[in-house]
Amino acid sequence: MTVTTGPASPPPSLAVWKFASCDGCQLTLLDCEDELLALASRVRFAAFTEASSAVLPGPYDLSLVEGSITTADDAERIRQVREQSRFLVTIGACATAGGIQALRNFADVAEFRAAVYASPQYIDTLATSTPVSAHVPVDFELRGCPIDKGQLLELITALLAGRKPDIPDASVCTECKRRGLTCVMVADGTPCLGPVTQAGCGALCPAVRRGCYGCFGPVTGANVPGLIPHLHRCGMPPGKVDLVLSTFNAAAPAFAAARQEKDTP
Amino acid sequence: MTHRNRQLVVSALARVEGEGALDIVVADGEVTGTRLRIYEPPRFFEAFLRGRQFTEVTDITSRICGICPVAYQTSAWRAIEDACGISVGPRIEALRRLLYCGEWISSHALHIYLLHAPDFLGYPDVVAMARDHRAAAERGLALKKAGNAILEAVGGRAIHPVNPRVGGFYRAPTAADLAPLARTLERAMDDAMATAAWVAGFSYPDAEISGDLVAVHDPDRYPIEGDQVATSSGLVFGAADFSRHVTEHQVPHSTALYATLDGGMYLTGPLARYALAAGRLSPAARQAAALAGLGPVCRNPFRSIAVRAVETVYAVEEALRIIAEYDRPDPSFVPAEPAAGTGHGLSEAPRGLLYHRYQLAADGTVEAAVIIPPTSQNQAAIEADLRGVVAANLDLDDAALTTMCERVIRNYDPCISCAAHFLDLRIERR
Repeated sequence: MTVTTGPASPPPSLAVWKFASCDGCQLTLLDCEDELLALASRVRFAAFTEASSAVLPGPYDLSLVEGSITTADDAERIRQVREQSRFLVTIGACATAGGIQALRNFADVAEFRAAVYASPQYIDTLATSTPVSAHVPVDFELRGCPIDKGQLLELITALLAGRKPDIPDASVCTECKRRGLTCVMVADGTPCLGPVTQAGCGALCPAVRRGCYGCFGPVTGANVPGLIPHLHRCGMPPGKVDLVLSTFNAAAPAFAAARQEKDTP
Repeated sequence: MTHRNRQLVVSALARVEGEGALDIVVADGEVTGTRLRIYEPPRFFEAFLRGRQFTEVTDITSRICGICPVAYQTSAWRAIEDACGISVGPRIEALRRLLYCGEWISSHALHIYLLHAPDFLGYPDVVAMARDHRAAAERGLALKKAGNAILEAVGGRAIHPVNPRVGGFYRAPTAADLAPLARTLERAMDDAMATAAWVAGFSYPDAEISGDLVAVHDPDRYPIEGDQVATSSGLVFGAADFSRHVTEHQVPHSTALYATLDGGMYLTGPLARYALAAGRLSPAARQAAALAGLGPVCRNPFRSIAVRAVETVYAVEEALRIIAEYDRPDPSFVPAEPAAGTGHGLSEAPRGLLYHRYQLAADGTVEAAVIIPPTSQNQAAIEADLRGVVAANLDLDDAALTTMCERVIRNYDPCISCAAHFLDLRIERR
């Protein structure tokens, strides 16, 4: 797994693509204030319309893809992006799990459309919001709503060096322990999705004595049904458990399957 | 006239947040069409907010925009606390204003240095600009980082902060937590003043926009959050009357829902705030305005970069003031009991006025949500500006005119990711 090029070749090209999303994950790249100019000397920003009006033609060594697929045009566009990309990485919950806009998958999209738009017949949208991996092969997925800056830099650095990115496949609990945070569930009785949520944020919510709300999505092998009775004991009734599992990773299979009402909310 | 019939198309606008396009049609030497087309797919926030708990709304609406999540959180909690009859008191209010200052600094630095300045200096992006203007690029990134430092220290995360909640914060930072921030901001003050001096040296095309200027009204301070709206035509009204004055309607040939104020086109954002409240700027910000060559009112959208520089100075100075006077709220939040009713929330996103309205059931379930983002309100003004610029520059060739139009759009720092959820997206089928 590498995007490196030979010593005489130009630096690897980086492209950033946006689908249905809030811009926050690609903004994370511009939020690398200390590293941005150094990074620009190691890679060519070949297509990054949020940051540059100069767009170079493909193919691209590395494509970062933000956002979910919600229109027929975008379903076609992501295929073109894949064809032009040696290495394709999804960045964030929308591209990786469908985002909060995937709540339409469990509702009547025609009703959604009519609720927001006066002339719903003009709105071009699919009935579902789907992750990029439902359309094309994906080489790596960065989790989070938004992604973590450190993980993004680690990913790019690793790909440039031709090594595997050090992105731990563990739960938020491991980050709490590493930071020495007292468990919000055990100590405060605060409902927390940390045990079933992918690490990567650095346990930001428990650090402010808030329960994790799952914005990095389910960790591999998450035992969500096993956590639910503990959430109930912490005073979170079944309806609210369904809501907390219906946010930015609502369509991630481990969260969707654990909801009592499958069409929540 | 050499270009009597022409069509200009920009299929993907660069250096704006979100995905938009531009169509200009000129027939017989007259500008017959200017369309700022939004093809950002709709995400239906107002639909799926129904049925959610009132305590979830701030986390959910922050995801409308990664550039201005605090604006979405602020307008949301103001609306919800209005509906529930909650008052959080001055200490929590001060901490919230500090958080919002962080977003202003970060978003304005992003726009000034990474999105807008390259237009004035002739570069496609900040990376190219940095090859010749390394110190300026580094100053911009340092300023942006200072804003993010506030967002991280107070909000817990720069994008989609996790610490704010309805009623206040999960955990209020200690004075010791904020002390390093003050040192960062003292350096940022020098960078912000240098920014005002730097943009003063840019060359600005002549332009003047017409129409009403509209901003949040705060009788005591420069507007960031508030309960009232003021207009340059002299109107002042409360948040609850927002939808009585501002209405949205469709124009058959256009892609957008146009917001009008009492039937007229209007503009929100830095030019509006400055025109309505320059007298309430802090001393350093007034000095920055003089450095940047601004009079009491500025209606030239190209000069919005100078107003953003002045507002950045203001936000840094205001953040320093809040930190110096910081009295840690304890408890860090007011417990929020739900109540049936409707609430209205207003705040000034870096790019303009953001209005939220929620109707809650007695158990706190959201029954209806209305969100009117700044770019939706500014759309008509942007298109009117484009029509004027195209009409005045018909002698330019297509490439130069297209570049000019893109610059006009960037002057407004439009956030299309926000607007797309509320603008009508039309597919023309012939």
